[in-house]
Amino acid sequence: MADTLKPPTEVPQTSDDPTQLVVRRGPLAAALSHQLVWPVVALVVLLAVNVAADPGFLAIRIQDGHLFGNLVDILRNSAPVLVVAIGMTLVIATRGIDLSVGAVAAIAGAIACTTLVDSASQGAAATAIIACTYALAVCVLLGLWNGFLVSVVGIQPIIATLVLMVAGRGLAMLVTDGQITTVNNDFFSGMASGFVLTLPIAFVLAVGVYALTALITRRTALGMLIEAVGINPEASRLAGVRSRTIIWTVYVFAGLCAGVAGLVIAANTNSVNANSLGLWIELDAILAVVIGGTSLAGGRFSLTGTLVGAIFIATLARTIASIGIPPEANYLFKAIVVVVVCLLQSPQARGALRAHLAPARSPKGGARA
Amino acid sequence: MTQTEAPVLPDATTATSAGRPADAPVPVVEMRDISITFGAVKALSEVSVRLYPGEVHALMGENGAGKSTLIKALTGVYSIDGGTVLVGGEQRSFGSPAAAQDAGISTVYQEVNLVPNLTVAENMMLGREPRIAGAINTFAMNRRAAAVLQRLGIDVDPRSVLGSHPIAVQQLVAIARAVDVDARVLILDEPTSSLDSDEVAKLFDVMRHLREKGVAIVFVSHFLDQVYEISDRMTILRNGRLVEERMVADTSQLELVQLMIGRDLEVLERLDRDAAAAAEEPAEPAVPVLTAVGLGRKGTLEATDLELFPGEVIGIAGLLGSGRTELARLLFGADTADRGSLEVGSATGRRSGRPGRRRLRSPRHAIDRKVAFSSEDRKGEGVIGDLTVADNMLLALQASRGWLRPIPQAVRTQLVDQYIKALDIRPADPHALMRNLSGGNQQKVLLARWLITEPELLILDEPTRGIDIGAKTQIQALVADLAAQGMSVVFISAELEEVLRLSDRLVVMRDRRKIAERPNDGVSVSDVLEIIAGPQATTTEKEETRG
Repeated sequence: MADTLKPPTEVPQTSDDPTQLVVRRGPLAAALSHQLVWPVVALVVLLAVNVAADPGFLAIRIQDGHLFGNLVDILRNSAPVLVVAIGMTLVIATRGIDLSVGAVAAIAGAIACTTLVDSASQGAAATAIIACTYALAVCVLLGLWNGFLVSVVGIQPIIATLVLMVAGRGLAMLVTDGQITTVNNDFFSGMASGFVLTLPIAFVLAVGVYALTALITRRTALGMLIEAVGINPEASRLAGVRSRTIIWTVYVFAGLCAGVAGLVIAANTNSVNANSLGLWIELDAILAVVIGGTSLAGGRFSLTGTLVGAIFIATLARTIASIGIPPEANYLFKAIVVVVVCLLQSPQARGALRAHLAPARSPKGGARA
Repeated sequence: MTQTEAPVLPDATTATSAGRPADAPVPVVEMRDISITFGAVKALSEVSVRLYPGEVHALMGENGAGKSTLIKALTGVYSIDGGTVLVGGEQRSFGSPAAAQDAGISTVYQEVNLVPNLTVAENMMLGREPRIAGAINTFAMNRRAAAVLQRLGIDVDPRSVLGSHPIAVQQLVAIARAVDVDARVLILDEPTSSLDSDEVAKLFDVMRHLREKGVAIVFVSHFLDQVYEISDRMTILRNGRLVEERMVADTSQLELVQLMIGRDLEVLERLDRDAAAAAEEPAEPAVPVLTAVGLGRKGTLEATDLELFPGEVIGIAGLLGSGRTELARLLFGADTADRGSLEVGSATGRRSGRPGRRRLRSPRHAIDRKVAFSSEDRKGEGVIGDLTVADNMLLALQASRGWLRPIPQAVRTQLVDQYIKALDIRPADPHALMRNLSGGNQQKVLLARWLITEPELLILDEPTRGIDIGAKTQIQALVADLAAQGMSVVFISAELEEVLRLSDRLVVMRDRRKIAERPNDGVSVSDVLEIIAGPQATTTEKEETRG
């Protein structure tokens, strides 16, 4: 094939071919251009602020064979947002968004808890497993519904998932009869408070979801196909990509992730309040994805970026508490930090900043002299 | 006809002209020894260009010769590393396209850079809307837009949404927008690549009108005939260097092509011979690759019959909106037919179905039957800009394997390297992002995407639009080679010479219908034009392009 395809013409190849743009950069500039640098820098700065406020902030001690300390708490608290954000990353990569994840999490918690309460053997591990499976199955159905609206009916994702965002809370209320349902099952509460290999189970679970998702998307062709659909849906369709199936699948996956997060949250309090479980978690998840460097316009996505983003958000929540921001200023502080981090992420904003600082320093670091 | 109308322009040596003051005219823009460097690469090396008022100045060269870079240097998109720009005799440097526009230098780019979901008038006035007390005066805006459109003879409702019009109309609106900003220099980068001959004539009328008013027009086009029809002077670039400045009237087309690419046209001549030889052979294999009976779709294509045999190239000729693209899309399942039947694949009737009900449901369905389709809309329906060249090339193959069976790394590397080499794709870097490639190279990557799937039937809709003559020749040669190996090809192009050069059989479309089909044995361009024009051509065509 190669021989027969050989073009019969010779195009003059010169050393200074202008189509070959070579941009020479030092190792530092190359490292700084990596998309994970800024989220990580932001995270480190945030930790430094904490250390400044409390020199013992980073201390970790071992107690009963488990790790204890602020950092461990942060990891555990980041678990629900991380799981939701991983599902959200894939949805956003297809140019979509899923606003219903908080409501789906509430439904998962509600179903698991009511199943446990209604069961004859409430304390048994097997009952907990059945209850969780049941809850996750419902979440898959809810994800199918979202995916159906987006990929088959063709409703814009933000509207399609808004339906379930609003209706989902109502469904969860129906399941719990509007009551705060409290459960008593050691296996179930272990999901939030337990430890495995000295680490909180919740975090290990979340990292497991992250690793599995990364494996499935990057070791198979799924990640590339998701990106192709997100960047140019029509070109992908004409290249034979089953865009509809792919889009449908990511919503189902997002629903499943939301369900897992809902179970972890419910297990953390051993109860479910359909009104507050997972409230606004969709916004934290979207923030985690954006901080991690995945564009809301779809296309290239970074699961590792999302991991860093979720930990950042959990750290931020802890920071607000530990440096003594007054409770009434909580949200404002969070908003300011998020805006700053998002600006750091934007190459344009960094370029403007660099241009502003340039007269002060030597402009050697610029891409073009 | 234009040669006589064109004002006599000062050339490099004599600076006298009729209809102009006797003193030497000052160039409205003069670029002297411009150099631009990207990293270690010199994109432009000491290039000089002079633009005089009231001339059409063609900027000629292959893709990558530096035409776009030069334009972007003039309009302030790129900063200049060496040399000077004089505007009206004063040294200037523009920090941004807006600054260049304020100085009277307007640009219309090849890809329409407008907002599809705003109206025509809103697009034309974007950023300089007439206002009443801060609010946009919609009435005045529409009236002014209508006046400009009418002056240019463009029949479009200014209140209609831009995206509802074909690309050709959008292009004319972009030009109308640029003209409305009282421009001293108008830069048209491939303005005719999506226009049919009627619309080109209309555009040229507008250009002549502007030339008479003293506007300097920079015209970039790959259509040599158009360059010769409208231009007075040209500057030829190659590999970022100035080759020569010439008067168009003093340069033959052959000379020009040799200056641009530095090699002769032997290849094209060989192709012509091959096509002639193929037409003589009465090759008539038994089993068709494609059989369409009464295939059509409401509002896009009347019922059409078509048969295609292995190793055969069918050329489809017709104007924009004649149904040529619509037919191609139905043959690939990009749109679904609502009447007639279509069977593809050499094993006809591979799947049993009710007779007369066989159609393609989706592109995927067609790909499974070894059909490939390269869309005319490269940017919108082909390129995945943010993925790498390698991913773009392997997309169709990967899609048909399914996500669970990734192409092994060794195979990936081998396929990608092979096609980069075979199609001479530059830069030859599989990890380059697709959006950073030039149009010609993107087109080659898209061709590679389909060749990798080893199709039996290749449908090419305008595969050579907007790409330079070197790449164009390579693609034409490739199509001929593929057909010689037994691949069947449907070849669609607005350039009739190209269709005639490559095809064994010719299908002519008009008014969403196939109006003629004949073997390509000595058919000439004027024969085809006659068929297209038909008896009552002028009225129906106009309606066609509008819808």
